Amino acid sequence: MFKAGIDVGSRSIELVVLKEREIYLKTRQETSFDYVSQVNNMLNGLDLDATLVTGYGRHLVSRKLEIGHVTEIKAYAAGVRCLYPDAKAILDIGGQDTKAILLDENGRVVRFEMNDRCAAGTGRFLEIMAQALGCTVMDLAELALSGRHCLAISSMCTVFAETEVVALMAKGTRAQDVARALVRSVARRSSAMLRRIGATDRVVFCGGVARNTAVHKELEDILGTKVEVPEEPDYAGALGAALLAN
Amino acid sequence: MTNAYDEMWKRLDLDLTAHEGLLTVLGKFYNDIYLDQNGRPRGMEYLDFVISEIHGLRIQEITKAKSAGKKVFGTFCVFVPEEIILAADAIAIGLCSGAEVGSEHAERYLPRNTCALIKSFLGFRLARLCPFTNSCDLIIGETTCDGKKKAYEIFNDFMPIYIMEVPNTKSPAAKELFRYEVERFKDKVEQVTGNRITEDRLFAAIRLVNRRRRVLNRLNAIRAAEPAPISGRDALLINQVAFYDDPERFTENIERLCDELEERVGRHEGVAPEGTKRVLISGCPMAVPNWKLPYIIEGSGAVIVGEESCVGQRNTRDLVDEDVRDMGDMLDAITDRYMDINCAVFTPNEPRLRDIEQMARTLKADGVIHYALQFCQPYAIESVKIEQGLKRAGIPLLRLETGYSMEDIEPLKTRVEAFLEII
Ligand code: SF4
Ligand code: SF4
Repeated sequence: MFKAGIDVGSRSIELVVLKEREIYLKTRQETSFDYVSQVNNMLNGLDLDATLVTGYGRHLVSRKLEIGHVTEIKAYAAGVRCLYPDAKAILDIGGQDTKAILLDENGRVVRFEMNDRCAAGTGRFLEIMAQALGCTVMDLAELALSGRHCLAISSMCTVFAETEVVALMAKGTRAQDVARALVRSVARRSSAMLRRIGATDRVVFCGGVARNTAVHKELEDILGTKVEVPEEPDYAGALGAALLAN
Repeated sequence: MTNAYDEMWKRLDLDLTAHEGLLTVLGKFYNDIYLDQNGRPRGMEYLDFVISEIHGLRIQEITKAKSAGKKVFGTFCVFVPEEIILAADAIAIGLCSGAEVGSEHAERYLPRNTCALIKSFLGFRLARLCPFTNSCDLIIGETTCDGKKKAYEIFNDFMPIYIMEVPNTKSPAAKELFRYEVERFKDKVEQVTGNRITEDRLFAAIRLVNRRRRVLNRLNAIRAAEPAPISGRDALLINQVAFYDDPERFTENIERLCDELEERVGRHEGVAPEGTKRVLISGCPMAVPNWKLPYIIEGSGAVIVGEESCVGQRNTRDLVDEDVRDMGDMLDAITDRYMDINCAVFTPNEPRLRDIEQMARTLKADGVIHYALQFCQPYAIESVKIEQGLKRAGIPLLRLETGYSMEDIEPLKTRVEAFLEII
């Protein structure tokens, strides 16, 4: 039996195909304007028994391609529990949003929190800050790891934070230290969300930003506990959707 | 395009072009949210008609009454006793303020982080878009939340406004104060209308308003049936229309609708199949045309079975005692009834938690969605206590904070859908 899960996010689309419970195929593309056709193409030629779509584009894809949909929250819960059967909480930081999810012993969602409408603390926030520092997002993580913890970025708002970064750079502050402060602010915001849902340990960090080793490290530091990151943290949603498809 | 009502609207000093734009948007919105539903009760035709004539026939009626010498009072809060207005043979209109219009105008005076309802009532006035507001001889404000209190001071520069003092606790002294305010309001209404409020007239008004409350309570009780015989959107609309329709006609039509719904329940018929997740909404009032959240919730496959809200059961549950006929006793009875409303501007406000729990149980709700208008401190902050209390009672709760704009529809859908997956 072949089952597919698709995660249509604001920045990227992930597809996972399972053969029984083994991963048979996985692909990933940047989200384009016409993501419905894009998903259609990704599924083209696959002989599937069940398909489920999740992510912010799920409604449109579900309607146009006549497949079922599930929220990212439930999909991430299923995906993460498959990778870490004893996970108790999930932090998912994607391109435009952040979610904190609390699970019970059986892996069911008990509570969740999402960021408000703005992009503060998300992948997009880090991208824009990297631009302001004149580097790529990957470099930002590298920089931050070598930076000192000596200053704080006070604005959460992307626009104000950018201004703050530019001002700091103009004052001659070391890029490493600014990067460190930025990463710290993202980690701080996310850990506050985790605390609000009552997550204390066995946290799994996923979504695109989980690839950022500096955010990961700061998060462990602030939470005072080990935080797991799957090998391919952006696939957890698609994997979960595939598991839930029937 | 010219409209049969253009003359009337011009006389009411509306901005005709902008107003036409508003009606077009409203019509389209109504179509998508209301007329597209399956299995609506036949009796909703009355509501469809009332809404299609929202700024037409009803305004014509009011205009006619005004030229015959009647006065019109506009209110923004369910603490203003309508009975007193009706007893002076005047018209009471609960002004809606549920649309994001004129906010650029409103933001000239108000900070951006003001709740949408407050922005809307000032915006409607400044943008000259609401024939109801413009028909009012007097607007009645009240001292509930700080935002409203301060905004009324600004509003007063554009229209006469009278402020009723609503206390923030339910102590005996607070009740005494409100009793005094009810009397002062009575004097004011008599002075504006030139009509004396006699015992007979007040008694008749009490009975009339009670009748309307009873029919709405009847509607709410019917919604406990499974499958739900009416959608939450339709029920909300009925509660909204109650604020500006003629009370007698409204009551009659809703009685008939309730008869139809009872037949439905008898036949085991509903708007959604049995087993559909049932949601209770609790929190800030949803004024016309603020149908955003109900639309999202029901669009996600649930059905709303009740509203713990001022556009909902807070406005209808309690009746004024009809066993007293003496003026002083009737004013006491009015005071008692109003002081039982459990609004978040009061402290402490534990009875509201009990109300929510009780509604959730009687209406067999699977979960509660707490709705706070963005920047509304009383409800947003109170929701923390509500969440703790419901948790103890084993009732799942989702807290949402949102305004009137449509920009956060997608994240809201995700939250609501995820909540429905959990409960
Ligand atoms: S929520 Fe409170 S302030 Fe608002 S209408 Fe209701 S009683 Fe009045
Ligand atoms: S919603 Fe809240 S802030 Fe707005 S008017 Fe009502 S009580 Fe005041």
